[in-house]
Amino acid sequence: MKNENLYKYILGIADNSLILGQRMGELCGHGPSLETDIACTNISLDLFGQVRSYYQYAAKITGDGRTEDDIAMLRKEREYVNVLLVEQPNRDFAYTIGRQFLFDVYHYMFLAQLQKSHDVTLSAIAAKCIKEVSYHKRFSSDWIKRLGDGTQESRAKMQDAINGLWTYTDELFHMTDADTAMIKEGISVDVSTLKENYYQQVKSILEEAILEVPESKWFQKGGKQGIHTEHLGYLLSDLQYMQRTYPNMEW
Amino acid sequence: MSDKKNWPLWEVFVRSKNGLEHRHFGSLHAADADMALENARDVYTRRNEGVSIWVVESKDITASNPENNGELFEPAQDKVYRHPTFYDLPDEVKHM
Repeated sequence: MKNENLYKYILGIADNSLILGQRMGELCGHGPSLETDIACTNISLDLFGQVRSYYQYAAKITGDGRTEDDIAMLRKEREYVNVLLVEQPNRDFAYTIGRQFLFDVYHYMFLAQLQKSHDVTLSAIAAKCIKEVSYHKRFSSDWIKRLGDGTQESRAKMQDAINGLWTYTDELFHMTDADTAMIKEGISVDVSTLKENYYQQVKSILEEAILEVPESKWFQKGGKQGIHTEHLGYLLSDLQYMQRTYPNMEW
Repeated sequence: MSDKKNWPLWEVFVRSKNGLEHRHFGSLHAADADMALENARDVYTRRNEGVSIWVVESKDITASNPENNGELFEPAQDKVYRHPTFYDLPDEVKHM
């Protein structure tokens, strides 16, 4: 493949949205209230919409007749390069909101930079996505504050979720080989430069929510290299079931 | 919020793209006005229906009693002359 680095770079962006979208979609019919159920599945649909734009572009780059569906549905676990954060399960609503919040703050900053990419397709996708993500960020931040500054129980659960997910945040700012290669061409975002601002924003919202900012410096990594937590396999078996069982099925 | 288990009910009014006024779209539950607005956005405008949303807590609406419908509304039924249908409106006058 001529543009292998660009292809890998796009997957690095899109896989995060695909896996997070699948996680939010799991709440369809299972949200804590009718209204939040719809809100979570709305976010899921936004993310899937974004994913389609990325994978269509990636499929075109391969030049071998692959489609967006092939890329989304027919890779093996090790070939997905999403960060570990987004594959973490919906243990409870606090975890769902915590995961969304910790990703949204990053996602918004990332898209703001991607809009400046020299790759016109990527910058156009980023410009379209950032409005949606701006709403996701508002939604998740509001809930962080409600649950953190809520009852004793909601505060304990929200703190527990932030503590549990914190270890997956640092990976967002790791540069992959594709990231580095694409920087030279002015296409990719140097995510390592977003880190300081990210933690500042996250901390200020956690403080507003009267939640403690975790101090742990021990961080997990590996997702960007395809080394995942045990949760991704189960998620993929749900996601891929139909295509694996009835290959090439369409509806 | 007095009752933490049961969120109060809110009525949602949406002004649609080509509409001139807010119309009642339905109701939903939310802990407070901010959440009611966000929920309304997700529940009632996700298919591109609206450009503006109002929410009001249902208990703040004073409604007429259906039992009084007779005295309230029936007297108007046989007074056709109260309709402004006997005038010729120029075409330039819209939205009457």
